[in-house]
Amino acid sequence: MTEFIENLAPIRWHEPRSSYDVVIVGGGGHGLATAYYLATRHGITNVAVLEADYIASGNTGRNTTIIRANYGIPEAVRFYQHSLEMYQALEAETGAAILHQTKGIFWMAHTEMAMRTERARCLINTACGAKTVMVTPAELKEMVPQVDLTGAGRYPVLGASHHVEGATARHDRVAWAYAAGASQRGVHVVEHTPVTGLLRDGERVVGVETARGPITAGVVLSAVGGRVTRMAAHAGVRLPIRTHPLHAFVTNDYQQGFGPILASTELSCYVSQTERGQMLIGAEFDAQPSYSRQSSFAALRSYSHKMSRFLPFLRDLRILRTWAGICDISADYSPIMGATGVDGFLVTTGWGTWGFKAIPAGGEGMAELIATSRPPELIAPFGLDRFRRDHVLADQGSAGTR
Amino acid sequence: MLWLTCPRCGRRPLEEFTFGGERRAVPVSITDPDERDFDEVWIFENPDGVTTERWFHAAGCRRWLTVRRDTSTDTVLEVVNDAPVWEPRSTLGSVLD
Repeated sequence: MTEFIENLAPIRWHEPRSSYDVVIVGGGGHGLATAYYLATRHGITNVAVLEADYIASGNTGRNTTIIRANYGIPEAVRFYQHSLEMYQALEAETGAAILHQTKGIFWMAHTEMAMRTERARCLINTACGAKTVMVTPAELKEMVPQVDLTGAGRYPVLGASHHVEGATARHDRVAWAYAAGASQRGVHVVEHTPVTGLLRDGERVVGVETARGPITAGVVLSAVGGRVTRMAAHAGVRLPIRTHPLHAFVTNDYQQGFGPILASTELSCYVSQTERGQMLIGAEFDAQPSYSRQSSFAALRSYSHKMSRFLPFLRDLRILRTWAGICDISADYSPIMGATGVDGFLVTTGWGTWGFKAIPAGGEGMAELIATSRPPELIAPFGLDRFRRDHVLADQGSAGTR
Repeated sequence: MLWLTCPRCGRRPLEEFTFGGERRAVPVSITDPDERDFDEVWIFENPDGVTTERWFHAAGCRRWLTVRRDTSTDTVLEVVNDAPVWEPRSTLGSVLD
């Protein structure tokens, strides 16, 4: 995989030095985007991104690539809408082909309760700058002819919210674009270098312990996905996070073509078509926390059963490839970005199942926080201290999972 | 983890069970009462290794089980039957109770 990336994307690879201004732990989308924006927006290039495996090997390369901003609380809608707009301009900015495609997302409602939720979502989204409108079942059928409006007789479609600007992009190419942009400006992107601990000077974090020796740093940012609880514990920080596996799979080629992204909030499942014509299906994460990335037959059966109710043609397709990622789910289903209370140690975590869409805005915000020591307005509400202040951003209904 | 062995019902598919969360305790090193409350409400141990948790056998005997599980491999190590098993003395007794 590494050789493939080395040949495909113009990334410069470096051996790690013993000291940097900023060390970012985790070479996924958020880590690489933060490095990219530090270099491009703030001129800070004495930065290393340390990745335990190859870049985008974690959740950045395992998600279902959906970009959307149809959240349920104003702070989240503004943040994700900014991210969605940054995605639209990302190909022009980085010059890398990330295969961004605006497709539109339909979130179907099957009960009056869900209809109320979707109407409220439309209002909040419109008020905060995201484009979401209600559509009737007839309008949905016109735009998505394959859909079974009776939900196989069990989950009738009463209506849907249409998030017009919903999009997809190739997730690994997003990571490569940021890695290339950052490394060309002098940032060191270092693969196969697991961080095993943090260097402390009293309370302060002053660097990282890696499998290839210690590296000192002015600031350490944990952009770790999944295993963040252990990383934070090295700094004595306890997090409101549980790690749950989330599964996904693709089917073989569906030749008729399927334009939009279709989801059901009540059943927590979603489907889109990849550029290769495969139907990509994901759903809710496993109830029990686990760090195992093994796909489970129970999940595949449950996802297929849910989604084929709405798209009967799925029954004729075969599952080609399955995988799982381990998601850091925060207690209120919103991300955690910023200071931790320990000097020199920042986190961008709690990205759970909603991290991919937030890569540009999350990276830009964290870069500004590192450069200016003040969180920008967009990410300020997402600090870890919100739990202590009782200002939680509970938005489970918009996570598309549960 | 696809199966759980219930002490009463035997080896059953996981779909029969409902996850009841990790059984955790606030570390004794935290002594401030406010900090203890905060930890109790918001913080998860989330171990990458052995955890002790509760499972409810919803589609079986409808009793709570305590399970020790290794989260790094998602394998069950031990199922503890911690609720007393109620045994009817006779058929009549079970109807009357």
